[in-house]
Amino acid sequence: MQIFQMILLGFLVVCAISVSFSKKLLNSILIFMSYSLVMSIIWVLLESPDLAITEAAVGAGVTSILFFITLKKIEALGEEEDKDE
Amino acid sequence: MSRKISEEQYKRNLSVRFKKWISGETDPYLGNMEITPKKEYAPDEKILRKHMADQTRIISRTYDMEHNRVYRFFNWFYRKAAFLCCIVLIAILILTVSYLPKTTDPGSPGNNEVAERYITQGMQETGAVNAVTGMILTYRAFDTFGETNVLFVATCCVMILLMLEEGTKKKAEDENDARYEPKKDVILQTIAGVLCPIIFIFGIYVILNGHLSPGGGFSGGAIMGAGMILYVSAFGFKKTQKFFNEEVYKVAKISALCVYGLIGSYYYITGANGIENHIPLGIPGHILSSGIILPINIAVGLEVACTMYAFYALFRKGGL
Repeated sequence: MQIFQMILLGFLVVCAISVSFSKKLLNSILIFMSYSLVMSIIWVLLESPDLAITEAAVGAGVTSILFFITLKKIEALGEEEDKDE
Repeated sequence: MSRKISEEQYKRNLSVRFKKWISGETDPYLGNMEITPKKEYAPDEKILRKHMADQTRIISRTYDMEHNRVYRFFNWFYRKAAFLCCIVLIAILILTVSYLPKTTDPGSPGNNEVAERYITQGMQETGAVNAVTGMILTYRAFDTFGETNVLFVATCCVMILLMLEEGTKKKAEDENDARYEPKKDVILQTIAGVLCPIIFIFGIYVILNGHLSPGGGFSGGAIMGAGMILYVSAFGFKKTQKFFNEEVYKVAKISALCVYGLIGSYYYITGANGIENHIPLGIPGHILSSGIILPINIAVGLEVACTMYAFYALFRKGGL
């Protein structure tokens, strides 16, 4: 279990650094989403399932969706989206 | 032109005569006589060229990145300072973390009489098996009321910023009507059809079982809000508006906040004045137990679900 926790924590650090270094905004939102998901697993391991549920629903779900909509509104989602429309 | 002054007076007026002399325009009051012929505007080539040269020189001087010493120094300094700030901040944070007590340390400052009271007597006093919900909604009900108000105010602010008015709303819908229509995505619609009921039922379960199992109003409401967002993105706003339109939203949100306020204020008044409150606590472990926690959980859950959905709808199309 200790090793598993270490791997998850390392993943968190990698995610946090790569969010700020990724060039595309879409990629950084996806990395942020996975950060929240891993965080919710860590909350379960730290024996606080209340927080884990909230983190999974709000952090990984609603916040990222709001980011996506904002990116679509300001038309920064990327080139593929432009070709469709 | 107003006729407050007579024509004679108007002609004699000094300012009128001076204006005529300067501008040389025909006076509508006095007829079509031109006083001084207008000169045609002919820009002097030399002056113009000099002006242009000055302009380009100023621009090239100010925006010359390579030879502007102050700019180069600022750029260099800015990068170094930002890097240094980051390093210092990281060092401070890591140093602080190293001073934090370990998670299973019995002597950590978190293990004081407050936490002991919550654990040993929490179940008797609140009737909730889940100590976290019991603590949040009874000992700290006032804090949670503040948080619910924050959610309410946040939605109001988003509404002020993003809600479209009736006139502009119709215009925007005409312009990009296809944007709000769901694309007929078979995978998304099939999976949403299977998952949405499960998500809703799980959300309701989390809300109603907040005092027995992990979860509570906020988590359950967030789950339900996320489920509603999934439903909307799969089937479109028209289908959602059949069961959740602006009227339902207003009623649900405001009544939830009022119910919480009423129950909460009864609890605060009795608690602050040492009066015995008459809400039965019930047997711990039963679904209808633990006094005010269950209704408050439902109110908070409604509030949060409405907020999540309203954020999505307002961001997406500027209305519910």
